[in-house]
Amino acid sequence: MPRLSYRKALNRALADELARDEEVFLLGEDIRVAASAVTAGLLKRFGPERVRDTPLSEQAFTSFATGAALVGARPVVEFQIPALLFLVFEQIVNHAHKFPLMTGGQCAVPVTYLVPGSGSRTGWAGQHSDHPYSLFAHAGVTTVVPATPADAYGLLVSAIRCDDPVVVFAPAAAMELRAEVSDPVPVPLGRGRVHRTGDDVTVVAVGHLVHDALAVADELAGEVSVEVFDPRTLYPFDWDGLLGSVARTGRLVVVDDSNRSCGIAGEVIATVVEQVRLQAPPRRVTRPDGAVLPFAPVLDRAVQPGRELLRHAIAHVSKDG
Amino acid sequence: MSGADPIWLYRTVRLIRRFEERAIELVRSGDIVGGIHPYLGQEGIAAGVCAALRPDDVVAGTHRGHGHVLAKGADPGQMMAELCGRVTGLNRGRGGSMHAADFAAGVLGANAIVGAGGAIVTGAVWARRRRGEDLVGVSFLGDGAVNEGMLLEAFNLAALWRVPVLFVCENNGYATTMPVADAVAGSISARAEAFGIRASTVDGQDPAAVHATTAAALARMRADGGPEFLEARTFRFDAHHTFEHAVRLDYRSPEEVARGRSRDPVRIAGSRLPAAERAAIDADVEAVLEAAVAQALAAAEPDPATALEYLYASGLTARTGGG
Repeated sequence: MPRLSYRKALNRALADELARDEEVFLLGEDIRVAASAVTAGLLKRFGPERVRDTPLSEQAFTSFATGAALVGARPVVEFQIPALLFLVFEQIVNHAHKFPLMTGGQCAVPVTYLVPGSGSRTGWAGQHSDHPYSLFAHAGVTTVVPATPADAYGLLVSAIRCDDPVVVFAPAAAMELRAEVSDPVPVPLGRGRVHRTGDDVTVVAVGHLVHDALAVADELAGEVSVEVFDPRTLYPFDWDGLLGSVARTGRLVVVDDSNRSCGIAGEVIATVVEQVRLQAPPRRVTRPDGAVLPFAPVLDRAVQPGRELLRHAIAHVSKDG
Repeated sequence: MSGADPIWLYRTVRLIRRFEERAIELVRSGDIVGGIHPYLGQEGIAAGVCAALRPDDVVAGTHRGHGHVLAKGADPGQMMAELCGRVTGLNRGRGGSMHAADFAAGVLGANAIVGAGGAIVTGAVWARRRRGEDLVGVSFLGDGAVNEGMLLEAFNLAALWRVPVLFVCENNGYATTMPVADAVAGSISARAEAFGIRASTVDGQDPAAVHATTAAALARMRADGGPEFLEARTFRFDAHHTFEHAVRLDYRSPEEVARGRSRDPVRIAGSRLPAAERAAIDADVEAVLEAAVAQALAAAEPDPATALEYLYASGLTARTGGG
């Protein structure tokens, strides 16, 4: 079976959608030369009209995409750095997201915002290492964080075809993954995936942390049976899928690369405990409150949710009750 | 270049004038909640610019946007219903004064965020021209917007990518209460010129002059593709926002206001028509607005159960606030 890298999966999704729909075009910084590699080969194949390099004007080119989408285009905007989303939060949340409701349904804004390399990039320090997906989930913007090459392809394709704005976070820690994928297909937005079934604890893991959760589940296999649930889309969240899992296991841990306060882990736990009587208080493993990733690699790792904390949380919820 | 139809220009400035006066009455009576940013005194700009546009051209407005929406062809009755928050409004009561839009008429929306419309209309015009349509766009903005970085970035994109957008700066002298002299280093036109965008200045109180300058700019843009900039000098006759009717803010002297109001675009446009013709237009405008107000007030308010309707074009359903 052919092996597909996560990065190549994003590239193939862009190429397939550009080929399928003339209204799709790409905007971003250094995308002609494919500085992030996800647009490699696309300039040659689709030309500079549809693979448009932009000046460093994130606010204008984000709203340019909104305007194009208002009249039927399907722009994909690449951001080289996750923190650029802070710069264009207004343009996405206050404009792209609000236009359909504010106009009483006169328009749609089908823009995809793609961040290849979100979260820590070891050594890139405070201003290049954020993972602000919870902000978009809070704002009600469709938000996906694919964990695998197949999901990277399938969710990006679905994002481009979606009639609403969608933010696609491709975690830096997942970009080099490879997997055997014969024929990648679209993955529906808003549907999670159970990567590993288990009976004792449900671990909800976001993005690259799915692989940490699977590794920990394997390590603990003799002691506790861990189910690993990957929501894939954080907003809208697959509540039915998760509640089905937790209803069986009765125990919940969430591992999430957001800052702790108001991160998606808090929302997951709150929603579950509103509807399910757990056998033990749930736990979450996150970045600390207000985290700024320090430069030195040991410090960077110290504020990211890791396997040791996850093992501890699983042990804790397994013991209680 | 043929001149604009003086009847159309007068009718349009008169319609906007009386629309705003009727809307202010409805603010006072409580039928319009949240107030409005009256366009009184600036009517000549919307009328003069839109007289030079084709139906398929697009415009993006501002928070002081009623004039742009009406002059581009939106129905006054639906517009008034929108201000009153009725289900028959342009935006089905979801937008209100600062977000009124009429995509069918080429109005991509008034916009509550200063300086936001420029990049949006640039993207819309670019995307439609890519399909072979030869439309142009207009981004209306105030003098306050010329200090917003997002707008300056939009100038750069439109100029680099040769997108025919006319950026129309309605310079009424004040960003809310901040005088231009205290807010703008350099000059307004020089901002556009710095990006290689040709800039013109016009007396915004004279609708025919605005039309002539706009038509000349649009002719160059349709032939050449690039953006242009137009600074229309004007004066806001009334408050920044109707909240000022209750809370007096001291930033313009009575003398300055009297001087500004002495050049009235409605009177200037009206003076170019015979009195009888003017009176007939006035009567027609009164009838249109009488019907608009009556229909708006008679229309139903939206059903609260539909408060989240249109939130997602994809059909996604949001969770409610619970309880």
